[in-house]
Amino acid sequence: MKVITVSGPPSSGKTSVVLKAAWEMKSDGLSVGAVKFDCLSTGDRKLYERNGVDARTGLSGSLCPDHFFVSNVEECLSWGMERSFDVLFLESAGLCNRCSPHIQGVTAVCVIDNLMGVNTPKKIGPMLKLADIVVITKGDIVSQAEREIFALKVRQANPGGSVLHVGGISGQGACELVSLLMEGEEIESISGRSLRFAMPSALCSYCLGETRIGKEHQMGSVRKICLE
Amino acid sequence: MRTTDIAVGYCLRNVRMDLLFEEHPYVRDFFDANGLPPADPCVRVEEYFSEMSPVFLEDIGFDREGLIDRLVTFIERMEDVKKGQNLSVKKVTVLGGKDKNGVPEDVRLEMKAGEIVCIVGPTGSGKSRLLADIEWMAQGDTPTGRRILIDDEKPLRKWRFSLEHKLVAQLSQNMNFVMDLSVREFVSMHAESRMVPDRRERVRTVIEQANVLAGESFSPDIPVTALSGGQSRALMIADTAFLSSSPIVLIDEIENAGINRKRAMDLLVRRDKIVLVATHDPLLALMGSQRISIRNGGIDKILQTSKEENEHMKTLEKLDGFLNRCREVLRNGESLEVLPDFSL
Repeated sequence: MKVITVSGPPSSGKTSVVLKAAWEMKSDGLSVGAVKFDCLSTGDRKLYERNGVDARTGLSGSLCPDHFFVSNVEECLSWGMERSFDVLFLESAGLCNRCSPHIQGVTAVCVIDNLMGVNTPKKIGPMLKLADIVVITKGDIVSQAEREIFALKVRQANPGGSVLHVGGISGQGACELVSLLMEGEEIESISGRSLRFAMPSALCSYCLGETRIGKEHQMGSVRKICLE
Repeated sequence: MRTTDIAVGYCLRNVRMDLLFEEHPYVRDFFDANGLPPADPCVRVEEYFSEMSPVFLEDIGFDREGLIDRLVTFIERMEDVKKGQNLSVKKVTVLGGKDKNGVPEDVRLEMKAGEIVCIVGPTGSGKSRLLADIEWMAQGDTPTGRRILIDDEKPLRKWRFSLEHKLVAQLSQNMNFVMDLSVREFVSMHAESRMVPDRRERVRTVIEQANVLAGESFSPDIPVTALSGGQSRALMIADTAFLSSSPIVLIDEIENAGINRKRAMDLLVRRDKIVLVATHDPLLALMGSQRISIRNGGIDKILQTSKEENEHMKTLEKLDGFLNRCREVLRNGESLEVLPDFSL
């Protein structure tokens, strides 16, 4: 089974890109499954299934969505193996710009869009910088020059990965994305593999449910801002 | 990692920081993109990275070796961008595949630098797919089964994902700007990202030529977001002609854009681009030397623009001029009670 993790800021077009890619894969006779991680609510299972993709969703609720993702990724893989999909997409909630659980040896896609501003690629951490493939969306609503400038900024932030444009609405580029995704290795099990980078360090009192503000309420791993 | 990378990486480690910046000024962008601290000019690259604290590295999510490898890859990519400026293509060939019903397209379409080729066909007939096949340099691996040759040869696979080897610049119908920059800043930024030599001169040319194309002129100091539809289009066409390294320009529906279409085409062709235009506008469709008619996902016919059609161009130009003069009269707040002279 090919396993693909998909990350990216909210509303960048992750689900649309996955759906367009899945459509291309299905027309090649492949079976496709998806697990969508989200935070509070999601209607994406319906959306996936309407497009013929067997899907499950998981809500992290009060937990850090990326911690939730990595603590459940093994189970998702078993689910996919049981159903013997050819391809399994694991889509993260994309809430934190630093993290996204890219896994060593598992194809990692980061989706960002042209409307995010030219400085965004450098503001996004390992989620963008360590992805194998960066998909840029919403190219149809900006000028050619802006597309080029933005793609170059992405290239600067991630010099090693592949950068390509996909239209989440038109599907332009999805066929090309699929040929790249199908190059990834077959994954049977994910246990014992490593994340490509560590999650943010914990644990402060707010992680444990503290809501009051003030020094006396802060315990554990606390770092202070430098306002010099 | 390839052997050359290791060799480059090994040498790079011993280079002094000031020399690194001098030789590769764009390394500043790498520092900026990764939030790296300023460097002491006298230390060597390896020392600079070894001085980084584990806490800092954890914050940015990299290990030390990973960062140095990335710097090496970054320098390679940027050198590719520089080389991309010299990218030249003399001929693009499309070898037919099949249409939506699997009926073979029995065609060999050749397009040469400095040529305009038009694409006609009903909405949904597969014009965009043809453009996408060319952009992707398809090798029988897209739904149409078409193959693309560049200068009579099968293009290298790695070009597909290289931003530096982008064969195709696509001017779409929507032309909004989201960057909050003046025209001059915007074009300079584009020139900078393309590593264009003699940047100032080129930026001036782009703006000057855009003003020639646009019906109404604009100053380099106004924000790009304040440009009218016609002005944006003119700016993007001039920008593509003078800054883009892509040898093929795809234009989707340029009609009624408030620019001088003939001049726009001339500008691109003069820069030895292959201009592909999807259009139903008779004036544009006859400007091309050949016209591809698409039907049911396949290339149905390739028509050479005939002598008679070329003759009809004069009539169409007259009509177009007449309409433009009417537009001008209305724009100036005057009355159209007396029509402008048609025979001009």
